[in-house]
Amino acid sequence: MCQVTSVVPIAKMVGSNRIVQGTGIVHVLGDANLPPEEEKELRRKTVLQAIEALKAETPGS
Amino acid sequence: MQVVHYLNQFFGGLGGEDVADAPPEVRDGAVGPGRLLERVMGQDSQVVKTVICGDNYAAENPEILKAFVLKEVAACKADLFVAGPCFEAGRYGAAAGALCVDVGTEIGIPAVTGMALENPGVDLYRQKLYIVDSGESVSDMAATLTKMTAIAVKLAAGQELGAPAENNYIPRGILRDGFVDKSAAERMVEMLYAKTQGQAFQSELTVTTFPSVPAPPPVIDISNARIAIVTDGGLVPQGNPDNIAHTAATTWGSYDISKAADLHGEDYEVSHRGYDTRYVCQDPDRLVPVDVMRELEGEGVIGKVHEEFISTSGLANPLANSRRLGQEIAQKLKDSGVDAVVLTSA
Repeated sequence: MCQVTSVVPIAKMVGSNRIVQGTGIVHVLGDANLPPEEEKELRRKTVLQAIEALKAETPGS
Repeated sequence: MQVVHYLNQFFGGLGGEDVADAPPEVRDGAVGPGRLLERVMGQDSQVVKTVICGDNYAAENPEILKAFVLKEVAACKADLFVAGPCFEAGRYGAAAGALCVDVGTEIGIPAVTGMALENPGVDLYRQKLYIVDSGESVSDMAATLTKMTAIAVKLAAGQELGAPAENNYIPRGILRDGFVDKSAAERMVEMLYAKTQGQAFQSELTVTTFPSVPAPPPVIDISNARIAIVTDGGLVPQGNPDNIAHTAATTWGSYDISKAADLHGEDYEVSHRGYDTRYVCQDPDRLVPVDVMRELEGEGVIGKVHEEFISTSGLANPLANSRRLGQEIAQKLKDSGVDAVVLTSA
């Protein structure tokens, strides 16, 4: 499992072990300030980071 | 005492979640609960400045907020920093705790805050701060401010605070040596006797850490993997057919996306009261990224997008409950042959 969240310290605290930084509490996989195509690009980037995290070794795994 | 008080957008009177992105601002004197704080502190003390900041801004820009607060505290030569109390508001509690630690470390004046026991701010900062357990209800504001003031007065006078229970702060997990009348053996037998008699007893050591979750091994062949999306942001179909509660949800739902290339706002709503949901309602892919996952599936980056996404609300959800929800969801996904999960959090 990979967790995408905008508030990384809390995810770390509870022991989530694959964490990706999201882009805002109200739109963790988006950005309402961007035009739609750019926002989708951003979402794609973040999701790809999550996919990479799923493939990654973690300390202790 | 000259006090600087930190409040979020709600207690600072700016508004609700709609202005959670408000950058920090400073006001002269007390605002909202700060006025009650002044009454509790008495005539010799006053809130000289109030810093108000939106909870999302605080969570997303901690360094900017820290610099802002430190500047204000130093400029007015305050001798006490008070943050909150924050009750159950998690972003607020986390920000309040961080600011109290920053002020204590960088400026060296006493700092005190209050929040509910399950607020994430407690576990993040309890070891470094005296945090009053405010409980969940805002109606306990006066009682909480009274306890916070009592601690502040002692800290300002340079006094050592004694045990948590006597001073109304949440145990910090610090062990201190002391002399007692009875040996450990005697105390233990008394405790055991009370327990077997059904009487009340006070444990001397309570465990408060999160058990560590061993990391699953990496996904070996992601281009053939079945990936499920799970969210705690409360996205549900219009009408919330499973009645997932918006707060302290005890249930979760799974929703078919097998024919969806992306999610449309008119088909969904959000059952979660802890954030401004309009952006997710406009485009649910902002929380449950079906559009991008579908593209990656088509390109062969991932094997398959699981035909359902799973949703619940993480707002003010007691830990024992969340653990149960997580275990149930994990079992369902395992039984469905899912290889990996992307969990999205509001």
